[in-house]
Amino acid sequence: MKEITVISGKGGTGKTSFTGSFAALSANAVFTDCDVDAANLSLIMRPVLQETHEFKASRTAFIQEDECIRCGLCRKLCRFGAISDAFRIDPLSCEGCGVCYHACPAEAITFEETVSGQWFISNTPYGPLVHARLGIAEENSGKLVTLVRNRVKEIARDENRSFILTDGPPGIGCPVIASLAGASAALVVTEPTLSGVHDMERVLDVCRYFKVSALVCINRCDLDEENTRKIEKYCQNRSVPVVGKVPFDKVVTEAMVEGLPVVEYSDGTVSRKIKEIWAEILKNT
Amino acid sequence: MIIAVASGKGGTGKTTVSVNLALAFNQKEKLQFIDCDVEEPNAHIFVKPVFDSPETVSIPVPEINEGKCTYCGRCKEICVYNALAVLKENVLVFPELCHGCGGCAYFCPQEAIAEVPRGIGVMEKGTAKGSAFDIDFLHGRLTPGEAMSPPLINAVKNEIDSRKVAIIDAPPGTSCPVVAAVKESDFCLLVTEPTPFGLNDLDLAVQMLKKLDIPAGVIINRSDIGTNCVEDYCKQEGIPVLMHIPWDRELAELYAKGEAVVLHSAKWRDLFEKIWMRIFEVFDSEQLKTEKKEVDAG
Repeated sequence: MKEITVISGKGGTGKTSFTGSFAALSANAVFTDCDVDAANLSLIMRPVLQETHEFKASRTAFIQEDECIRCGLCRKLCRFGAISDAFRIDPLSCEGCGVCYHACPAEAITFEETVSGQWFISNTPYGPLVHARLGIAEENSGKLVTLVRNRVKEIARDENRSFILTDGPPGIGCPVIASLAGASAALVVTEPTLSGVHDMERVLDVCRYFKVSALVCINRCDLDEENTRKIEKYCQNRSVPVVGKVPFDKVVTEAMVEGLPVVEYSDGTVSRKIKEIWAEILKNT
Repeated sequence: MIIAVASGKGGTGKTTVSVNLALAFNQKEKLQFIDCDVEEPNAHIFVKPVFDSPETVSIPVPEINEGKCTYCGRCKEICVYNALAVLKENVLVFPELCHGCGGCAYFCPQEAIAEVPRGIGVMEKGTAKGSAFDIDFLHGRLTPGEAMSPPLINAVKNEIDSRKVAIIDAPPGTSCPVVAAVKESDFCLLVTEPTPFGLNDLDLAVQMLKKLDIPAGVIINRSDIGTNCVEDYCKQEGIPVLMHIPWDRELAELYAKGEAVVLHSAKWRDLFEKIWMRIFEVFDSEQLKTEKKEVDAG
């Protein structure tokens, strides 16, 4: 079983549009959207919801006012500045460490498990999709990503699917690491802007750190040919294969508006290039 | 006054908006620019500040004094992040999982745990000065391989002088790094695009700001590629749309080269100066609303 995780460093380079198209081109695959705090893959995969589950991963401290003796120990110990002068805990600042709960001499603090999101299994025309929605302003995106990836692996095993395709989040932090660790390969979607190049370099460092082999493709490659060459040269120097280049075309947005992967919406250059990239991915993994 | 620039969806133009706003700031005082996208900081590419030497930002992680440790397991019990494993005659510390809460050290009955700093990234301060701008620039750079950006974001934000105007460039998304970046801002500009992805993530960002009680205004980027969905949504939610930025090859090409458009075009400079006026207007009316609420409540 192979797992390809699509990442980018910089946001908005086309991860999800590409992943949706790869899904349409794949055979015997399962899919996950690991961008759990801004999940979009389901918007172009026509999912039919099968299962909804609660995601409980953290606990939040709460001070019961009538039990509190206002000694101030909790406020002194809290490293996250979550406890106000009036002895109220700001749930948005609370890191869920439980130090206040354990330390309170009056046992005035509760520390209950909270629901911090939901995850779903859907059927799509291309195969099962496991996706999730982290609650607004919640923590533990990495844990939700790990849960979603474990679930999709189980489905792949049970249904004898040979391929897992994972749409990752932007950045290089906790949910990216959770999406990447243990994958067979990462596809980095970048663009020929200085920001895109800078962010690609950092995300390739993360791939190297976690020993995941990386492939690169360049979206909107005609926007700045000099930067495109810069990316190709950088990748060549580090033996990272560049598996394709896709020119800018409004057709990608038009397909998204229709709720379709672009390869199903158009037969134009963009779709042809994406098909070539998919063939290269299969060859390189 | 602290103005955050956020988006939900990545790549909608947060950095374009925040740097051009910063460079079009035409008040007498210095402007502070804080790039809080510490995972992928990009604003320096456009603002081109001269940096002082970087400062390491650390979080405290446990170090076990094996001589004192009795392997009682209390530290492991306390740690909700699974950063400690207690074996028969050994304690394993997984520093990359530690959030630095200090619980293990505080509750260790043998006082066998010390806390030592562990670098997760750097903070860089600098200045950028031109004929029309004067900016104190600040950003954080998370070390690749590190998972936790909020402590670095908080460290960078600690440097803000809230009496002066500050612009915060936030990371994409709606989870803890974004909350850390936009929290305690006076106003948030949400940059989006009029597509299904843009709208879906804008709605998440709007809900997040409601939770944080921060007033918002929307900027629609690539406003001519997509549908009316964002416009309709903003009307329905009563959120002001402060600017439309149509797709423009010149703008995209300048961005690609790391250039800010307001330094190359009087038309764009004018547009961004107008956004400042709109921000001040919205900010003033929000202040009035708050004062009125307080009067009504009192």
